[in-house]
Amino acid sequence: MRATISVRGVPGNLDGYLDAASTEPLHPAAREVLLAALDDGWADPARLYGAARRARLLLDNAREVVAAAIGARPDEVAFTTSGTQAVHLGVLGTASARRRVGHRVVVSAVEHSSVLQAAAAHAASGGEVTHVPVDHDGRVDAGGYAEAVDDATALACLQAANHEVGTLQPVAAVAEACAGRGVPLLVDAAQVVGRLPVPTGWSLLAASAHKWGGPAGIGVLAVRHGVRWRSPLPDDERGSGRVPGFEDVPAALAAAAALRARTEEAASLAASQAALVDRIRARVPDLLPDVEVVGHPEQRLPHLVTFSCLYVDGEALLLELDKEGFAVSSGSSCTASTLRPSHVLEAMGVLTHGNVRVSLARTTTASEVDRFLDVLPGVVQRMRSTAGVDRL
Amino acid sequence: MIPDLVLDCRGMRCPLPVIELARRIAEVDIGSIVAVVADDPAAAADVPAWCRLRGHEYAGAGAPVHGTPSYLVRRSR
Repeated sequence: MRATISVRGVPGNLDGYLDAASTEPLHPAAREVLLAALDDGWADPARLYGAARRARLLLDNAREVVAAAIGARPDEVAFTTSGTQAVHLGVLGTASARRRVGHRVVVSAVEHSSVLQAAAAHAASGGEVTHVPVDHDGRVDAGGYAEAVDDATALACLQAANHEVGTLQPVAAVAEACAGRGVPLLVDAAQVVGRLPVPTGWSLLAASAHKWGGPAGIGVLAVRHGVRWRSPLPDDERGSGRVPGFEDVPAALAAAAALRARTEEAASLAASQAALVDRIRARVPDLLPDVEVVGHPEQRLPHLVTFSCLYVDGEALLLELDKEGFAVSSGSSCTASTLRPSHVLEAMGVLTHGNVRVSLARTTTASEVDRFLDVLPGVVQRMRSTAGVDRL
Repeated sequence: MIPDLVLDCRGMRCPLPVIELARRIAEVDIGSIVAVVADDPAAAADVPAWCRLRGHEYAGAGAPVHGTPSYLVRRSR
């Protein structure tokens, strides 16, 4: 049978899209550049003829723009195929290069799964992993983190902000402690790049373009000069020797264009998003009994808010909200195949079921948020009353 | 600590163990202990969180029942 391709070629409906922390729709600036670069940057950037040199120029341009946005030098930046790959290469490449120093990798308990899985792979090959706990707000204690970093530590990892609850981590203080011991710090900055000033003090930084409105398939791995790193993969000359395979030049340039546009609008967007998030944080407990708003009340991402509704299955709630036209995500997994609740909510010691993460897109309006607040109480109350738990 | 009421929530997925707890806590006197026996890993976070939200005291993990973890709750109101 011949497979067919079916794509509508019309912009998707963004109304009610409240899951920007999963992925942000393509930024208009990226779309324009992507289309132009598909025609202009298709050749092999490793070759020497005209079209190849053109592709190389575009790739170098993309690297410069991204480097400027994250506070790096262009030759410290490599494009990966995803944020996850950036984290995997960053963690395993540093742990491998510093094997003689020590076998310990320190991570916070609430890192993205890519960090935890890379650390698990390190442990499976004979390394040690220390998980630093967090408080009820999902924040590590900088002093506690520093105590976990010893002279036998090959690498420390700390996210800039938590992807599920929005809590910002004390990266600057942890970076200072790590620098004092000569231990490199990998910062997973996927949730802050293009939204907030990127924390300083990192040795390696990982990010993901589709989180800031660039295309999917592009991640960023930056490795500071002087940080020992060796590829955990077979040697390859491309990607500055850090990332194997033929670069996607058009997508890298589009990612850079989106990042530049987002960086320019970041401050004003963060202010308006924070106001809407404040509204959700304040209103939800008033509108609904037995709800826990989680994440740090002040030290948090501007666009993300998470709450848990007692007695409700989070994934069922997500599907009910979808029927009402809202796309949100949930850290609950009452029916998921993993059988385990979100490791982030577990580590925080907060309610793991009935969980909803709302993350505002660049285009989210106040009226969408208000409509969400209008719809939510009825949906939850209906679910509670169907389950016979509305009077508990 | 000997519980005054043991809730067998084995095989229940979240949020059912906490719903069972909420339904039956009134069967014991204030100050008495209810044990929730649950193999759902979410219960480890959800039982203490329920106590915090509903104004009861989480009294810690109890002895495993046939290898299944248990969680102790003191009725406080």
